[in-house]
Amino acid sequence: MDAILLQTLNGLDKGSAYALIALGLTLIFGTLGVVNFAHGALFMIGAFCAVTFSRLFSLSYETLDPTKKDFLGNPLKVKTPYLEGWFGPELGGTLIDWAVPLSIIFAIPVMIFIGFAMERGLIKHFYKRPHADQILVTFGLAIVLQEVVKYFFGANPIPTPAPMAFRGSADLGVLIGMDPNVVIYPVWRMVYFFFAAAIIGAVFSFLQFTTFGMVVRAGMADRETVGLLGINIDRRFTIMFGIAAAVAGLAGVMYTPINSPNYHMGMDFLVLSFVVVVVGGMGSLPGAVLAGFMLGILESFASMNAIKSLIPGIDQIIIYVIAIVILLTRPRGLMGRKGVMED
Amino acid sequence: MGILEVKGVGKRFGGLQALGDVNLSVEQNTVHAIIGPNGAGKSTLLNCLVGKLIPDTGSVMFDGQSVLGRKPFEINQMGISRVFQTPEIFGDLTVLENVLIPCFARKNGSFKMNGIQSVGSNKDMIEKAMTMLEDVNMADKKGMIASSMSRGDKRRLEMAMCLVQEPKLLLLDEPTAGMARADTNNTIDLLKEIKEKRDITMAIIEHDMHVVFSLADRITVLAQGTPLVEDTPENIKGHPKVREAYLGEAH
Amino acid sequence: MFGLEKKDTSLLVIVAILALFAPFILNPFPTESGLAQFNAGYPDLMQRFVIFGIFAIGFNILFGLTGYLSFGHAAFLGVGSYSVVWMYKLLDYNILPGLVLAVITAGIFALLIGFVSLRRSGIYFSILTLAFAQMSFNLAYSVLTPITNGETGLQVYNNDKQILMSAGDPTSPHLFGIVMNKSANLSIAGWDFTFNNGYYFCAVILLIVFYLSIRIFRSPFGMMLRAVKTNQTRMNYTGLNSRPYTLAAFVISGMYAGLAGGLMAAMDPLAGAERMQWTASGEVVLMTILGGVGTLLGPVLGAGFIKYFENIFSKINDNVLHGWFSFLPDGLENLLVGIIHPFVGKGWHLTLGLLFMLVVIFLPGGLMEGGQRIRERFGKKKGGGGGKDAEHHPKEAPHVAE
Repeated sequence: MDAILLQTLNGLDKGSAYALIALGLTLIFGTLGVVNFAHGALFMIGAFCAVTFSRLFSLSYETLDPTKKDFLGNPLKVKTPYLEGWFGPELGGTLIDWAVPLSIIFAIPVMIFIGFAMERGLIKHFYKRPHADQILVTFGLAIVLQEVVKYFFGANPIPTPAPMAFRGSADLGVLIGMDPNVVIYPVWRMVYFFFAAAIIGAVFSFLQFTTFGMVVRAGMADRETVGLLGINIDRRFTIMFGIAAAVAGLAGVMYTPINSPNYHMGMDFLVLSFVVVVVGGMGSLPGAVLAGFMLGILESFASMNAIKSLIPGIDQIIIYVIAIVILLTRPRGLMGRKGVMED
Repeated sequence: MGILEVKGVGKRFGGLQALGDVNLSVEQNTVHAIIGPNGAGKSTLLNCLVGKLIPDTGSVMFDGQSVLGRKPFEINQMGISRVFQTPEIFGDLTVLENVLIPCFARKNGSFKMNGIQSVGSNKDMIEKAMTMLEDVNMADKKGMIASSMSRGDKRRLEMAMCLVQEPKLLLLDEPTAGMARADTNNTIDLLKEIKEKRDITMAIIEHDMHVVFSLADRITVLAQGTPLVEDTPENIKGHPKVREAYLGEAH
Repeated sequence: MFGLEKKDTSLLVIVAILALFAPFILNPFPTESGLAQFNAGYPDLMQRFVIFGIFAIGFNILFGLTGYLSFGHAAFLGVGSYSVVWMYKLLDYNILPGLVLAVITAGIFALLIGFVSLRRSGIYFSILTLAFAQMSFNLAYSVLTPITNGETGLQVYNNDKQILMSAGDPTSPHLFGIVMNKSANLSIAGWDFTFNNGYYFCAVILLIVFYLSIRIFRSPFGMMLRAVKTNQTRMNYTGLNSRPYTLAAFVISGMYAGLAGGLMAAMDPLAGAERMQWTASGEVVLMTILGGVGTLLGPVLGAGFIKYFENIFSKINDNVLHGWFSFLPDGLENLLVGIIHPFVGKGWHLTLGLLFMLVVIFLPGGLMEGGQRIRERFGKKKGGGGGKDAEHHPKEAPHVAE
């Protein structure tokens, strides 16, 4: 029982990331009909927004402290972050400590801007081209984006810690009346899950309860008809692309404390996210979310020793096996709509 | 006994009874037209004949064999060729290749791994295809990429692709849909020409009366998924039930 | 000749001549000159040209003719390499049994993966092949370590059986005594030329498979494959079953990939799982696109182009750049070096990605189409409508989206 709970929890953080990326992919696919291989790169860029923001926050100036000497006898150089200089050590220190969550504020406009630029500058010209061309051009874009990031940030992972308050682990078992030290779970992963849930909720309510969302949903169902109603669907779809980019970016921002970001993290997640989208059903938003969490959790279960000893290597391939089985038995995926990319 | 025998065919889509109880017999060497207003079930019926849909009830016998449960390519191999509403051709290929493919399909069956001898060395196939192209006055266009031709020529090419297979039954799905009057007349002429030149059995699905009356030997009127009457064009013209269900409507 | 039409025969002869004289052609600059860094006539690189050429030719039979975009062909490459190294370990260093096994195992793998993947088309097919390849890659790294030797990669150890090995046999890959990594050298007045056994072996194989691919392209079978790409609906209603056609194309291209992977191990007796990674699959897609999808020569050109520039670009560093621009005033020199720096050396992949995008956006027909456009620009218009129309994709391939 506790093992099941623990593995479920362990699957949640990866599942959340899959779900968020797959959600963005599906939004783009459902609205624009474009298969975006550069979506993983957006996730990665989000993560590097957090890195940049953390670095900006800790920009420091040097002062000489005459009261202290370094080992050569010169006055000691003291680095003080500007923020601490401006706001005093207490508030400044807290701000620096909270750099990752705070970068959300900074990442949203950046990601939306990147999304707009991508859609207007590139994707727009590929609506009428075959899906193979869309895959290829976005694949090229993904390589470019990741190499640019590599150029500026290097190839090594960059540790970006969570705020002090969220580091370490919590004994979740105790909370639900289990023995101590049975279900220990890192706090930040918990935060990530709730964050992902909030974002997913926000996207769904946006689509459900706003006029804008209603038009977009109608457009996803039948683009031509909505176009005939005289509604400028293209502009709305551009905005949706921006939103999808922001969702992927935020997923990346918050993921940095879980895994130190590196330039190829986007590609690693992308392949799996595609599998997630296909399993969930191309064009189905609830399907993407459901499949994201499902596959994350199943992956976590497959990496249990008991299961690995039963079927060796299952943890490495479980997601692909499920994808293959689902595609062959339910070609539309778990919740796919009829008529989406079928022959 | 006709070459195509449709008995008691019915098909439901959810709550909608698309086809009720369709009985139909297409005699050899005749042109049989199936007409009816929009939503009468013409396309559903056609799709049941070519293997795209499987009817819920009834039987479809072609040349003494059931077509039900067979895939479109198997049904074509039995001898049914189909012309589509919008011409379905191999757009990226040349006109000659478009006609060669059905030639090879007729000769080699649904699959043959002949990857070594060249297309050009199959002189008999090329000759057969060229004769066909001359028949439809397209021999001079043999090198053109099919998608670059006019719609009329595409229709002509598609017809050639079907005829070169020497089908026992040629199905035409609204061959003049969406065409201008002049194009429609051209198509009628082409079909008449084909009918005169060869012994061919055709079944035409059509809502354009002009086309139907100038070609058909027999006409079945379909309304709300069931055949209303089946008769010769002369009798159909004056039939009160038909007037009510179909001709009375604004056309 | 060889049952080919005149045009194709001359194409084959040109490729044969280029392959034969490649050691000269690729070494146009004297060894001591400053331009020697642009030479490509050394064995390792020439072998890669040819091997990736074979890989791309095979991939083009699937993607170019049928339009099915596989993102998992690297798996067959890896299978081929492992097969060859295993034959070294079990028998001896003769490459022939290994290559035969490589083609057969890759073919069997392709049959299995293709049988399942081809039940879907379009993006679903791409993702299925991707999933299979990633699965193979992950398995090769983990559970299959007894067969693949995991991260270390498979190689021959001293305690391997090698039952056919007798004293005096070569201890590196050879073909009946012709050792692959042996070369003959020729020096003429400052130029050095290397004639490598391995390269020529690969080149002969390339010519054979290139010839086969011409035959396939021109055959009724090849015509059917192009029909699959253009209009599957019409194909089905013409009495043709498209599934076995696509499966046959998939297996053939998988065998080509297995052969290419086998040759890699025949040149350098190693096999590693990274050869199966999906980036490797992406590379062959890129080569085919860059050269010209669906053309005979394109994939070979694309493979050569990418491997050449990968090699040259990754060798250029700041010192080289400063050397080039030293004639300029310092400020301008530094500026230029600064601009070019991100694109060369380790930044090669950035250039590659940009190139990829530019080709897909502006030149969907690849280098072959580019060449054709240039020829047309210079007024040498050829009669007849045999060429591709300018609008490269007049209609979406129906199996990609409908």
